[in-house]
Amino acid sequence: MAISKRVVLHFPSRSVDQPIIYRLVRDYNLVLNILKASVTPKEEGIMVLELSGARADYDKGIRYLQEAGVRIQSLGQDIMRNDARCTHCGACVVICPTGALALDPKTRMVDFYEDKCTACELCVLPCPPRAMEVYF
Amino acid sequence: MIKTIAEINEKIGRGQAVVVTAEEVIGLVAKKGVERAAREVDVVTTGTFGPMCSSGAYFNLGHSKPRIKVGGGRAYLNDVPVYTGIAAVDVFLGATAIPDDDPRNRIHPGPFNYGGGHVIEELVAGKDVRLVVSAYGTDCYPRKRLETWINIKDLNEAVLFNVRNAYQNYNVAVNLSDKTIYTYMGVLKPKLGNANYCSAGQLSPLLNDPYYKTIGIGTRIFIGGGMGYVAWHGTQHNPDVLRSDDGVPRRGAGTLAVIGDLKQMNPRWLVGTSMLGYGSTLTVGIGVPIPILSEEILRYTAVKDEDIFAAIVDYSGSYPQMSPDVVGEVSYGELKSGRISVKGKEVPTASLSSYPRAVEIANMLKDWIIKGEFLLTEPVAPLPGVKEGITFKPLKERPIEE
Repeated sequence: MAISKRVVLHFPSRSVDQPIIYRLVRDYNLVLNILKASVTPKEEGIMVLELSGARADYDKGIRYLQEAGVRIQSLGQDIMRNDARCTHCGACVVICPTGALALDPKTRMVDFYEDKCTACELCVLPCPPRAMEVYF
Repeated sequence: MIKTIAEINEKIGRGQAVVVTAEEVIGLVAKKGVERAAREVDVVTTGTFGPMCSSGAYFNLGHSKPRIKVGGGRAYLNDVPVYTGIAAVDVFLGATAIPDDDPRNRIHPGPFNYGGGHVIEELVAGKDVRLVVSAYGTDCYPRKRLETWINIKDLNEAVLFNVRNAYQNYNVAVNLSDKTIYTYMGVLKPKLGNANYCSAGQLSPLLNDPYYKTIGIGTRIFIGGGMGYVAWHGTQHNPDVLRSDDGVPRRGAGTLAVIGDLKQMNPRWLVGTSMLGYGSTLTVGIGVPIPILSEEILRYTAVKDEDIFAAIVDYSGSYPQMSPDVVGEVSYGELKSGRISVKGKEVPTASLSSYPRAVEIANMLKDWIIKGEFLLTEPVAPLPGVKEGITFKPLKERPIEE
C-alpha cells in the first residue's frame, strides 16, 4: 500500500553532518519533496518533507529517522488559524499556493484545509489581522 | 407611497416594523416587485467591514496629581505616539500611528505588526494600556514625567472619530509590473497575479443610497459594535464621479465621517490590522439603516453585485504616479466569482473587506431595530450631493523660495 505524508523533521545539532536524507532515499526507497529546509551546522535543523512510498518502506524509514535521533512531527498542527482573529476577508486566498485557504462560494467564508497546507508560511504576514500562526 | 421617518419609528416602537437586509431586499424585490416591496418594507439595513485607515479615537485621560500638561508634550500608548496638540489631557490616537522604533520598511516589506489600530482594539477589549508622557512643565502643570497603566473604563471620554469611512465603491488593485508589490490593497503579485478589491458591494451603505437621499449628518448608525452617528461627509467625499444609469458610482465617490462612544464598542468590530510593507490600520464595522420613504429609495437598496462596477487600477504605475488611467472595469458579481478577466488574462480575485462580517452587521442592526433598541434619526443636514460644487483636488505644489 502506498502512502504519502507531510512531516516536520527536527535534526539534533550533532546529526547535521550526516547524510540522513540521502539514506532515506537510497535504503528505504522513499520519494521525497522538500517543502522547507533550514539546516545550519551545530544548530538544530528543521526540514519539512512530503514523504511517499510503500507503507512498509515508510514505516522502516521513519524508524530509521527516530534511531538517528531525528524528532518527527506531523505537519497538520504546525500552521494554525486563530479563528478568533480571522475576519474571513479572503485576502489570503490568492496568496496560498496549494489551495489550503479557499473561499466557500456559498458562505463567502475562508475555509482552511489543513491537509493541503504545506507550511510554506506565505500566508502569515499578508494576513491583515494576522490570524495565521506558526507552531514549529 | 410616501412614508416618514417618524412613522417608521412609531412602527419600530410598536414592534411592527418590517426590516430586511440589503441582501434580502434583492430577492424580495425580484419576487414582489418594487411597488409592493416598498409598501411592505420599512427599513433596509446595510453593513461593511474593512480596513479603514482614516480612523482614530480621542481620549480625555483625567488629571494626575500633581497635574501634567500632556498638550504640547509627547505621549505614547503602548509605545504608539498620540497627538498631543490640544488641551492638557486630551489626546488623539490615529489608526496608522506606529511606534518610533518600528523598523518600518527598512527591510522591505516591513511587517507593521502593531500600531494605533491595535491599541484601539486592545482598549476596547478592556485591556490595560501603558501611557508614557513627557512634558515641559508649567507653573500650573508642574509635572514633567508620567508612566502609568490606563484602562478605557477609567477615562473620562473615549470617542471613536473616523474622518473617512465607508467609501462608496473602491478601486480594484492589480500589478502590471514584473515584481511583487506591497500595498494598502494587499500583496499584489506581478503581471496580473491577482486582483484585490475592498467593498461589501450590494451590502455597502452608500452603494444602497447612491444620491445620499436618506443618509446625512446626524444619521444614527452601527459603528464598531455600538451606536454612533454620521458626523459629517468624509474627507475626499466626491459625488461627481462616473455613475451607471441607476445612479450607482463606478468609482470611489462618497465617504462618511463617523463618531461614536468607544466605551460601548466591541473588539470583534474594531480589529487592529497590518498591511505588509504598507503600515498598520484598523478594520472597522459600520452599518447604516436606510428608511424606505419611497419606491425610489427602495429601488436603490435593491442594487445587486452584478450591477455595481469598479475600476481596475494598476498599483505599480498609474496609482503611485497619480495618473487617471484605469485598466478596465469589472462588476462585484464577477469579482466575487473568484476570477476576472483582465487584458485577456484570467486573474484570481481576493477581498480585503469581509462579506460574511458585513452580513452579520446588517443582521445585528436589523435585530436591534426589530427589538426596538435602535430608532432611526432624521438627518439634520444632507451630505453634499452631485453637482453641488464639491471637487476632489490633487495637491498643487508651489516651490518655496527663500
